[in-house]
Amino acid sequence: MVEFALPPNSRIKPGKTWPGPQGASKGAANVKAFRIYRWDPESGANPTLDTFHIDLDDCGPMVLDALIKIKNEIDPTLTFRRSCREGICGSCAMNIDSDNTLACLKPISEVKGSVDIYPLPHMPVVKDLVPDLTHVYAQYEMIQPWMKTDTPAPTSGERLQSPEERAKLDGLWECVLCFCCSTACPSYWWNAERYLGPAILLQAARWVFDSRDEATGERLDMLDDPFRMYRCHTIMNCTATCPKGLNPGKAIADLKVAMFERAV
Amino acid sequence: MSNNSRSMQSALGRARGLGAAKADAVGHWSAQRITAVALVPLALWFVFAGVIGNIDSDHAAFRAWIAQPINATLMMLFIFTSFHHGALGMIVVLEDYVHAPAAKHITIMLAKMAAAAGGLFCAISVLTLALGG
Repeated sequence: MVEFALPPNSRIKPGKTWPGPQGASKGAANVKAFRIYRWDPESGANPTLDTFHIDLDDCGPMVLDALIKIKNEIDPTLTFRRSCREGICGSCAMNIDSDNTLACLKPISEVKGSVDIYPLPHMPVVKDLVPDLTHVYAQYEMIQPWMKTDTPAPTSGERLQSPEERAKLDGLWECVLCFCCSTACPSYWWNAERYLGPAILLQAARWVFDSRDEATGERLDMLDDPFRMYRCHTIMNCTATCPKGLNPGKAIADLKVAMFERAV
Repeated sequence: MSNNSRSMQSALGRARGLGAAKADAVGHWSAQRITAVALVPLALWFVFAGVIGNIDSDHAAFRAWIAQPINATLMMLFIFTSFHHGALGMIVVLEDYVHAPAAKHITIMLAKMAAAAGGLFCAISVLTLALGG
C-alpha cells in the first residue's frame, strides 16, 4: 500500500524558538513569526519546526527576503536553494502557508498568522528546505527535452514556424521546472516511480506540440503507458499551485486527446 | 523513491524502468469516459422509468414491463455499462494505492471477475423475468 503517514524518523518534533528580532528596536511593532522545517542529515535526529521572529519593517517584502535575512543575521546553517529572486530560475520552490510556490514570488503580507515553511511535499529531503530532485531530473531527461528532426536544418537560417504554430507553445515554454506542481499532485505522491507527474508531462507536451519537432509519434509512444501519463486523474492541484500561472492539467488533457486521436 | 535508495542503478535507468507498457492505456481511458457519458441517460432512464415508474407495480406488472424489448434492452445496456465502468474505475483505484505486486494483481483480477459475475447475474435475472422464467 501507499504510505499515508510519515515514517517514524521523518515525523516533525517541536524545535528551537529563536529570540525576537535581532537588532530591531525594542518596540518593533511589525514582527512576524516564521516557523521553518529543519532537518540535518548528520544529526540523525528527527526534523523539527524552528521559530524565528522577523521585524518586517527591516525586511524585504517576499518570503525569500525573510529566509535570506534569517540566514544572514540569525542562523547561517539554515539551508535552502535560491538564485534569481524573480521567479525565473525555479530554485526556491517550497511549501509556504500550505501551498507549493516560489519563495521569491510569495509576499509575506499574503500570509495570515505565522509563515510556515516546509520543503516540497513527498520528496526525499537533502537538508532543511532542500529536496532531492534526482528522480524528477531523470524523468525530465527521459522525455528527451530537445528538438528531434530528420530533416536537415535549413542552410538559410532557422527552422520556421507560423505564428499559429508558435502560439501552441504558449503556456508551455514558460515553465521554470520548479516542480511545485508535481509535488502537489497526490498521484505523483503515490506513484512517482512510474508516473511522470505534471511538470514533466507539461514539458513532454511542449515538444509533442512543437511543429518543428519530427519525433511526435515516438514521444507519444513513450507516454503510452497506464502509469507514465494515465495516473493523471485531473485533480488539478498542479494548476492551482503553479507560481507561474500555467495549466499543466490542460497540457496533460491535450496529450491524452492527441493519444486518442491517433488511435481512432 | 525511498524503496530504491540503496540501489546503484542510475537515476535515468530507474526512471525508464521497464519502459512504456503500450497496454491499451488509451483504450481504458476512453472506455471509462464513453461509459460515463452513456451512463447519464441510462441512469436517468433506470431511476425514472425503471424504479419510480414501477413503484406501484406488482410482480406481474413489472414482468410485463421488462418483457417489452425496449425496456429489456435498456436494462441490459444499463447493467453492462455500469459494471464495465465500475470495473474500470476500481482497477484505477487499485493501481493507484496497492503497490505490492501480488496483492495488486490478485485484487485487480478479483475486481474484473466480480464485475463479470455481477453483470452476468443481473443479465440472467433480466432475461429470466423478460422471457418468462
